[in-house]
Amino acid sequence: MKAARIGLYAFLLGAALFFSIPLLIVVMTSLKPMTEIRTGSIFALPLAPNFDAWVKAWMSACTGLACEGIRVGFWNSFRILVPSVALSVMAGALNGYALAQWKPPGANALLTALMLGAFIPYQVILYPMVKILSNIGLYNSLPGIIAVHIIFGLPVMTLIFRNFYAGLPDELLKAARVDGAGFWRIFFEIMLPLSINILIVAVILQVTGIWNDYLLGLIFAGRDNAPMTVQLNLIVNTSMGEQEHNVNMAATLLTALPPLLVYFASGRYFVRGITAGAVKG
Amino acid sequence: MRISGLAARLVLSPTVLVTVVCFYGCAVWTAYISFTKSSFIPNYTFNGLAQYERLFATPRWGVAYTNMFIFGVLLVVGALAVGLLLAIMIDRNVRGEGFFRTVMLYPLSMSFIVTGLAWQWVLSPSIGVQHFVRDLGFPNFTFDWIAQQDRAIYTLVFAGVWHQAGLIMAIMLAGLRGVDRDIWRATKVEGIPTWRVYLGIVLPMLRPLVVTCVVLLSVAVVKSYDLVVAMTGGGPGFASDLPGKFVVDFSFERANIGQASAAAVVMLGSVFAALAPYFYVELRKRGQ
Repeated sequence: MKAARIGLYAFLLGAALFFSIPLLIVVMTSLKPMTEIRTGSIFALPLAPNFDAWVKAWMSACTGLACEGIRVGFWNSFRILVPSVALSVMAGALNGYALAQWKPPGANALLTALMLGAFIPYQVILYPMVKILSNIGLYNSLPGIIAVHIIFGLPVMTLIFRNFYAGLPDELLKAARVDGAGFWRIFFEIMLPLSINILIVAVILQVTGIWNDYLLGLIFAGRDNAPMTVQLNLIVNTSMGEQEHNVNMAATLLTALPPLLVYFASGRYFVRGITAGAVKG
Repeated sequence: MRISGLAARLVLSPTVLVTVVCFYGCAVWTAYISFTKSSFIPNYTFNGLAQYERLFATPRWGVAYTNMFIFGVLLVVGALAVGLLLAIMIDRNVRGEGFFRTVMLYPLSMSFIVTGLAWQWVLSPSIGVQHFVRDLGFPNFTFDWIAQQDRAIYTLVFAGVWHQAGLIMAIMLAGLRGVDRDIWRATKVEGIPTWRVYLGIVLPMLRPLVVTCVVLLSVAVVKSYDLVVAMTGGGPGFASDLPGKFVVDFSFERANIGQASAAAVVMLGSVFAALAPYFYVELRKRGQ
């Protein structure tokens, strides 16, 4: 029995090591100077940790000819993220509320259509979407990429909120309507205050999802609005000459940092979000 | 009353429009292009299955499509096995459960671009594992799969399992916690070994969750794009190409929209094939 317990912990610790190694390597290497990387190993602890590579990655890492650092991508991602998250969560909440509480005719059909729509790979939709957006002048623009994020966020957001509002008792809506409250008042004064937890879950899901997006940003944002993931890939995978591993890894870490912080600050909500987004209620 | 009912419909109408136009309309549009003579610009002359015939005669597509199955089977089996094993171990009343869960789930918060780059460095022959082991005093040690034509696709599996195993663990752990405690008590009284309880009783109870996980992972496999872009760029050559990358490259870089559309439709078909087990389970549930 004792031996089995030891084996159990040994296995779990081994697994924990497997999961942490890529992050540890990136963190350690980003704190080393290039001379140390050339002679040493990426598995070794930094001898004299410093943030020089971080500064260089942030301020002056090169994307092709421009050497303005990953901060350009950071601010682009930020500008894409805030309106996309706010609008897609709001749209999801309103949709979920309208579907679950008001049950208009065709509600189930719309829900099924949305759910199936969520499974269509982006690749199937990309080219026609590019055509539509360029026809209305939104292709390669900030409003364009924001619209695309809202559109592709609709299925999961609607579903999460619908499942939540479907779990509330019907009496809530009935009583409010007897008191003369309408669609919007019930939503803002009764439903939203009840939805804090699910709102947090939805926001976390969208923040990590949109920050981590690569494909949509690559296709729809245009060069001037390219998000951090796109810029990161350019910095690392198209650089000429000797690879500055410390700068590349610092840039990688900076890109990973926002969702990592969200994760560590909100572990339980994050897990609820990904399982709700994944299992669909 | 009526006005409010109208408000609900008004609120939903943009979503109806988006669903019809952006999801289904665009998918039908792409499907239509795949049956035409389109090459670098759309040409709406109907051309039967010619695009598909050409697609499956293209060596690069053959590699990408085969890779999807290699990557898919290994990722689904790998992530499921690792995730399930971890869930069972964590469920054995271990200390530091919070720590283990945190470490196993954090990869999910990272983008596939970051994941791919980090693993590219771990597996890189010049700075990663191979370099490390050689420095330890084994100068002939070789582990350069990421640079090998016939091995690169397997390195994507490492990164994929690393990223997804935590999700499977979380889903399975929730399932294990839902198992009736009386079952454990009863089997203990009977003296049945723990592993047999898992294999014979608990796992069969979790079958619906396993199906969910398989479907989730399979759909993720068909959609895979960023991981391969960041980790191998589809290389060496196009040895580790995947359909998702093939379609994007042919839509925007190689500019052959006819071929890209046909490949995209094959992707769509693959997603629905991956969803089939889920529909099967749902239909059986309703039938009972």
